[in-house]
Amino acid sequence: MSIWTAREIPSSNRPIRFDASLCIGCNRCVEACHMDVLIPAEEKGSHPEVLYPGECWYCGACVMECPKEGAIRLVHPLMNQTRFVETMQEES
Amino acid sequence: MRTWPYPNEMENREDLECDVLVLGAGVSGCFAAIAAAQNGQKVILVEKGSVIHSGAAGTGFDHWESACTNPCSNVTPEEIAEAYVDEQDHYSNGIAHYIECREGYDRLVDLEAWGGKIRDTEGEFAGADFRDETTGLLFAYDYANKFTLRVWGSTFKPVLLKRLRQLGVRILERTEACSLLTEHRDGKMRGTGALCMNVRTAKISVIKARTTVLAMSRPARIWLFDPDMMGLSEFRPPQCIGTGHAMGWRAGMEFTMMEKSVKAEFSAAGRSFPPYSTGNNHNTWYAATMVDARGQEIPYVDRDGKELTSVRERYYPAKGQKFFLKGGVIDDPKYAYRGPETLPFDELMRRGYKLPFYADLSRMPEMERKAIWGLMVGEEGKTKIPVYRSLSERGFDPERHMLQSYGNGWQSASFLDQERQLFGAPGGVITDWDLKTSIDGVYACGDMLYAMDCAGAACATGHYAGRKAAEASKTMSHGTVSEAYIQNEIDRLYAPLRKEDGMDWRELNKAIAKAMQNYCGGVKNDALLEQGIALLQQYRTEAVPQLYAANPHELSRVHEVLDILDVSEMILEACRMRRASCAPLNFVRSDSDASKTDAEHCYITIHQENGQVMRKEVPLDFFGNLKEEYEKHNPEVHA
Repeated sequence: MSIWTAREIPSSNRPIRFDASLCIGCNRCVEACHMDVLIPAEEKGSHPEVLYPGECWYCGACVMECPKEGAIRLVHPLMNQTRFVETMQEES
Repeated sequence: MRTWPYPNEMENREDLECDVLVLGAGVSGCFAAIAAAQNGQKVILVEKGSVIHSGAAGTGFDHWESACTNPCSNVTPEEIAEAYVDEQDHYSNGIAHYIECREGYDRLVDLEAWGGKIRDTEGEFAGADFRDETTGLLFAYDYANKFTLRVWGSTFKPVLLKRLRQLGVRILERTEACSLLTEHRDGKMRGTGALCMNVRTAKISVIKARTTVLAMSRPARIWLFDPDMMGLSEFRPPQCIGTGHAMGWRAGMEFTMMEKSVKAEFSAAGRSFPPYSTGNNHNTWYAATMVDARGQEIPYVDRDGKELTSVRERYYPAKGQKFFLKGGVIDDPKYAYRGPETLPFDELMRRGYKLPFYADLSRMPEMERKAIWGLMVGEEGKTKIPVYRSLSERGFDPERHMLQSYGNGWQSASFLDQERQLFGAPGGVITDWDLKTSIDGVYACGDMLYAMDCAGAACATGHYAGRKAAEASKTMSHGTVSEAYIQNEIDRLYAPLRKEDGMDWRELNKAIAKAMQNYCGGVKNDALLEQGIALLQQYRTEAVPQLYAANPHELSRVHEVLDILDVSEMILEACRMRRASCAPLNFVRSDSDASKTDAEHCYITIHQENGQVMRKEVPLDFFGNLKEEYEKHNPEVHA
């Protein structure tokens, strides 16, 4: 039987960012992700690995289930960050 | 490179048995499983992701449409269901719409009983025009008729999961449904269960069931595929690609309206922005104040073109109009159902309005602003974290900032005609009034159904299908499953994992998408459709045997593309079967046979039989009088 490998499939984007100082390595995000883009860290207590960043749907389920505020952030690709400006008065 | 973190269970096949098997645990499948379990059945629920947030409505939804039986409603289920059927020129799922209108509110009450939030219990919106002060229910769109509710949909999936556990439903997570098991008995085909695979361990589960409910999503990644940002290729979750359609098609199930597709509206992999993250005034953002580049407010008009002078008027029908329709599948409604809307884009250009446009919530009354930014953007799927939190973290403040629009419509995108999607009530499984498919013992709900609507309809039809499957299960014995078929399927499913190297699944998905853009684009004709079928057949014989997966996760992506290949063939075949262009289906032929236009004013169903594609015609109103038929088929509910 061949040995299965966890080869990372790279993407041009990094949708999920962990703060290693806040993450407690509970892997709740791994279990909440319906695309299964994360795998648990090899070292117990460390933050999970984003194995399939290109498959992220950017739904935020991982952030919703995270028990440590700020330990995980969802970041859209640069091109998908909508522009906003200060409101203006209507010209008379 | 790491080794795979999960165990290898290729040799650990598991054989299970239940009364009712539900495939797919989005909101629809969860309700199907709950209804079947509440009917005393032993239920297995299969989900490729994890139930807590899986499915198109897994992280929330904001509108509950057509809740016609809520205590504040001023419309009847018949009025709204019949309006939908009429609005869609009768290429509409009258059965599903009526179930949604008749039972939808009951499902909301269920969700509340299990811990979901469906009303403003804290008085956050006290005094708002859209709040009923007695019940605390909040309404959207038509404040006079009060049949669309604003709800806290992000609370729903966790409470559905809790309820499933309370009822003892056996849940197989991280398990993909791969094939439907069937048998021929007394000259009829009957479903006997399904074959499934764990996407982490490759363990096969063969599940025998008396009845089966298909609760999977609609096809996607047919024309649109981005290999770099595959997850953003389409609107719905990337693993919702029409596996239910593919397994039904392979088994000989009847489908209809598969020739319908629309020019794409959503694909955040380049053509558009994340849904609901741009300035617009539709759906979740209705009826935001829009301004142009100079800060000039863009007028709203009623259906007669009369300019509205207050924000409040955007939420009321025109003089002499009973109600108006807005929502997920309503794009450009007929006069009878047309609600207030900003002036058409071309008219705005003519009048000298300047691009880009913005949504400016600061000009709206506080309650309307808070309802859009915080409730709707916050509870709609993929908005709580991806839009509300992301934009807030970047400093967006709806009282000080306005959010830009792109393109010229609410899609906030500019697609080409050949970049198509199954969107806006697309094709799917055709059923009878029990939501039973053409295969005995197999039921369908939610996005599996043809011309299906939104999350409320998914919940309502899920519960209904689960109930009907449970009733039927009580009268049926287990069927047989063919061991030879199972072995063939296991070999087919495992083949890419048994290789040392080969083709990446993304290469094939991209090739299929390009083929569909080339041969099944905005304008169809026989010569191109036949070339498309031939090319996909060539991919089947030449590319499919080369596919390779390094682990079960990659294998599940390969399986998705194999299903996409099947669904693409079904779409090409469905297009061949309709000979004349048909505007309500967005179906345009360059070789349209005008002599067939009248004769083809019907549903065309297709299915496979002994390797042949079979065509049938079904009258548009085959579902009959909605109220009468519903009551005939549901005497216990009616009573």
